[in-house]
Amino acid sequence: MSKVRVLAGTRKGAFILESDGKREKWDVSGPHFAGWEMYHLKGSPADPNRIYASQTSGWFGQMIQRSDDGGKTWHQPGTPPGEPPAPGPPKAASNKFVYDASAETGKPLTTHQWYDGTQHPWEFKRVWHLEPSLTDPDTVYAGVEDAALFRSTDGGQNWQEFAGLRGHGTGPKWQPGAGGMCLHTIILDPSNPNRIFIAISAAGAFRTDDGGKTWRPINKGLYSQYIPDPRAEIGHCVHHVAMNPSRPNVLFMQKHWDVMRSNDAGDNWQEISGDLPTDFGFVIDVHAHEPETIYVVPIKSDSEHFVPDGKLRVFRSRTGGNEWEALTKGLPQSNCYVNVLRDAMAVDSLDKCGVYFGTSGGQVYASADAGDSWAPIVRDLPAVLSVEVQTLA
Amino acid sequence: MIRVILPHHLRTLAQVHGEVELEVEGPVTQRSVLDALESRYPMLRGTIRDQVTLQRRPFLRFFACEEDLTHEPPDAPLPDAVRSGAEPLIILGAIAGG
Repeated sequence: MSKVRVLAGTRKGAFILESDGKREKWDVSGPHFAGWEMYHLKGSPADPNRIYASQTSGWFGQMIQRSDDGGKTWHQPGTPPGEPPAPGPPKAASNKFVYDASAETGKPLTTHQWYDGTQHPWEFKRVWHLEPSLTDPDTVYAGVEDAALFRSTDGGQNWQEFAGLRGHGTGPKWQPGAGGMCLHTIILDPSNPNRIFIAISAAGAFRTDDGGKTWRPINKGLYSQYIPDPRAEIGHCVHHVAMNPSRPNVLFMQKHWDVMRSNDAGDNWQEISGDLPTDFGFVIDVHAHEPETIYVVPIKSDSEHFVPDGKLRVFRSRTGGNEWEALTKGLPQSNCYVNVLRDAMAVDSLDKCGVYFGTSGGQVYASADAGDSWAPIVRDLPAVLSVEVQTLA
Repeated sequence: MIRVILPHHLRTLAQVHGEVELEVEGPVTQRSVLDALESRYPMLRGTIRDQVTLQRRPFLRFFACEEDLTHEPPDAPLPDAVRSGAEPLIILGAIAGG
């Protein structure tokens, strides 16, 4: 019997929800790391008991937590659970994210654009997204603010930056979005271990084809009125990118405004907003088995971060974009003013495909029928920052 | 023995209850106490001061003997009562909402 595990990161802790394959009754555990901002949790595809979590705080900085038993117990990598603190040099480096400015492998620590257009030094603030390797449980990528990509190959104990991205040369043109200058999306190409896609708010999307050594912007076709040259190579506020693993060259993007599609691994983008009521939003995801079926949650505008008309509606396109249908069954259709943040939607791989999303109001909604109907699987959590799903055998 | 009171979240991280007691060799200063603290509780490294620069994190403050020591130089001697263990060094999160 299949099982599903939902990992929800919130403003004040993490919650883990488990159900059998019917996805009707859910057991909720948490809060884990109560009181901390849990930006993202994600399980390893190679070992579902291995889960990585980003625990962060404006007071105390960044922590990385790891579970080796499916979320029952946690520890900071390098500080095994139950091990008594020992005298000696500090051995925990799992929260040490240092930009690589070394002459051998690094790039000089430069500046980026600040909100007012002046230059501002690069400063590490937090980990927004953790992306475990598709094949090795001990390898995991971290997207951080200020924007950079790190990797650990020892289960999160030590982190090294892919400095070629930050040092691509366009860094002085990158600028923070409202949430900060974050690298929030990491997509590993299952057909090509040397290819990784990332996205930064507000710089745009980038791709490496050599395992992270060199990067190039992939923003041709994006149009953003909030930058001096709306078609510039750099400066677009990409909110999220999604891929169906069966078609790694086809990417879907929710930009600040505009829903976009690329059929050539990001080399060119076309708008597919079509008949959406508004094309501002944060999340986008793809059906696990139907690569032309995609989901978005339109948000009213960049200044009104809530769903339009007081109605919480997921929009689904079965045609790869342009034609969209509102999915409303089981979702509040009056007096609802929640937001759904960029990492707060995920799909399982059961048949029928399950779709999940979390709101700023603390609900996690699930559909066990590919979006036809919805139900809250937990309500009244702290504001949800991220939702990931593991489909367990 | 130097006594240190940690904020709630750092006690949870360090898996300790109540005060922390530390042996500190040499001059008792903010720096030497934090060095000893991070050595004994490595999971706290980076939470009170930056990993590389060792600068105090901006939303943390240091109090002892009803004095605000936050902006004292890191190598300045701590008060006698802290050095003797009569009073604790209090590490406190700034009140900043949330």
